[in-house]
Amino acid sequence: MRFLFKTAYEDDIKLFPHSGYVVSYGILLALLLIAPFVLSSYLMSQLVFVCIYATVGVALLILTGFTGQASLGHAAFLAIGAYTAAYLQKYNVPFPVYFLAAGALSGLIGAMVGFPALRLTGIYLVIATISFALIVEEILARWESVTHGNEGMRVKALSLLGVPVPRDSPTFYFLCLAVLVLTIVGTLNLLRSPTGRAFVAIRDSETAARSMGVNVALYKVKSFAISAAITGFAGVLFAHKLSFISPEMFTLQLSIEFIIVILIGGTFSLHGAVLGAIFIVMIDPFLTYLKDDMPGMIAGIAATFGAGPATAGNIQSKVAAFASLNGLKGAIYGIIIVLFVLFEPLGLYGRWLKIKLFFQLFPLYKRATFKRQKIYVKSERNR
Amino acid sequence: MSYFRAENLSLHFGGLKAVDAVSFAVEKGEILSIIGPNGAGKSSIFNLISRIYRPTSGRIFFEDQDITEEPPYDIAKLGIARTFQNIELFENATVLSNLLVGRHRHSTTQLWQELLFLPSVRANEKVHRRRVEQVIEFLDLEPYRDKLISGLPYGVRKVIELARALCSEPKLILLDEPSSGLNVEETDDMSFWIRDLKNELGVTVLMVEHDMSLVNRVSDRVIALNYGRVLAMGSPAEVQQHPDVVAAYLGA
Repeated sequence: MRFLFKTAYEDDIKLFPHSGYVVSYGILLALLLIAPFVLSSYLMSQLVFVCIYATVGVALLILTGFTGQASLGHAAFLAIGAYTAAYLQKYNVPFPVYFLAAGALSGLIGAMVGFPALRLTGIYLVIATISFALIVEEILARWESVTHGNEGMRVKALSLLGVPVPRDSPTFYFLCLAVLVLTIVGTLNLLRSPTGRAFVAIRDSETAARSMGVNVALYKVKSFAISAAITGFAGVLFAHKLSFISPEMFTLQLSIEFIIVILIGGTFSLHGAVLGAIFIVMIDPFLTYLKDDMPGMIAGIAATFGAGPATAGNIQSKVAAFASLNGLKGAIYGIIIVLFVLFEPLGLYGRWLKIKLFFQLFPLYKRATFKRQKIYVKSERNR
Repeated sequence: MSYFRAENLSLHFGGLKAVDAVSFAVEKGEILSIIGPNGAGKSSIFNLISRIYRPTSGRIFFEDQDITEEPPYDIAKLGIARTFQNIELFENATVLSNLLVGRHRHSTTQLWQELLFLPSVRANEKVHRRRVEQVIEFLDLEPYRDKLISGLPYGVRKVIELARALCSEPKLILLDEPSSGLNVEETDDMSFWIRDLKNELGVTVLMVEHDMSLVNRVSDRVIALNYGRVLAMGSPAEVQQHPDVVAAYLGA
């Protein structure tokens, strides 16, 4: 086990508490940098999606994880970013300009959504953000002069300094990776400065935050704006990666996927956003694989237990019909959320920390270490 | 003029007069205790001062400035800090970050500077950290710096709340039942600290308290309340012998 001896105030501010972190993150970065020259183009494409989802995950963590304001409307911010990019691209606006414009517009709208949120908490806020997402979806479908309605919009390959960057090139991957890394570093900076601490204060006790001089309304709006702006940036990359956008891509299901990213990754640390993004991007091909192979597999098992070819064929078609049911994916997502909330509320990153502690303390690890702490009664909460 | 003054302060919930035309003044550098039976309106007065409630009528002055209409977050900026009867700490944060939130009123950095963590932000953070360390030393909180609040015992949380209030470098501190839930030893420590607040840091203290021995030990003056009205005001001994106060506590 490593003991940290702090000898300067600087030690509490550092991003990397000790050299071990520098080494492990350095190795990770090196692996990510050589990835495009080693991995197959399919995996590279998945990795780009991981970067985009993780960026949105970090944005959602700022709002939901650290400020405590739940949102099921982040697909709308992603859409605003994506459509801004597609629209401005038609007028030959250069990439850096429309990239920034998409973030700024999304952030502005995020701040506007933040104002009604000042009076709403918990489930009511969730409902309000869902309604916002539905409104945006509807606008995208109806405002045909700008968005081309349900026909959708083509997004040309982005060009950086006059050089076109195709969506499956290593350069595009590096761009997504850079956006993710910059987002994470910026967020970490924010969290170790007064604004980030004000966010956490609002999450844990608005009354106490207010009496410590935090302008709760202002910081909630700030949190919404920052979160929406980052999601807007991610939206630009998302549009370029898909090269075609239409309103039905930015549905409630996408917002739920973003919530899954942080719930499954872990809501208390930025690691959670990345782990959750890997999970959500990788579960889709896994489900497709199951859908294709399960019927045959189950029929095979039935056959070994003595079912005739007719019965086996019957089973195979029944299972195949079940696997291709509409909405099965949503149901599986729902089950995953429920299981995580019940059994691993700290998410994948929380699980990783427990595993790490188990080996650090071996053989002294107690299961009670992570038992819920006694919570003292709060009777007179001034809301 | 007095340092802090409440004039005809009233708070009505419908027909219930939680605070009824209460006037009092706090002099600079004194420790003033408010006592009274349950429901007398003691905590309500605190909530009026920190603007959690809006007074039905009456005015509040601090350093000759009318603060009745100030928004709640500006009260702290004026130099009035408070603790809560039922601890209101930031549960899922470390002790250090709880105390650093207490420094919020001194933060001057802008959002974009913080995103880049410019040298100015770093320098400010070090100043905050140094101030927090002074408070940690003052209240003997050294063992808990990096601990999460959710894992700490009640007595320690109570001290951390006082520490967080002190981190804002207040001129006036409102202590809402500083000894509730503490054992005899912890109450002793608390009484020493409250005296030190006044003697070493020069902070003016306004305190709500039930423990009469603590009140007697630390207070310069005492106000007794019942049913939202002032019964008596004066030195601790005077107030305790006042016939109305005896009647309020024991029943006439």
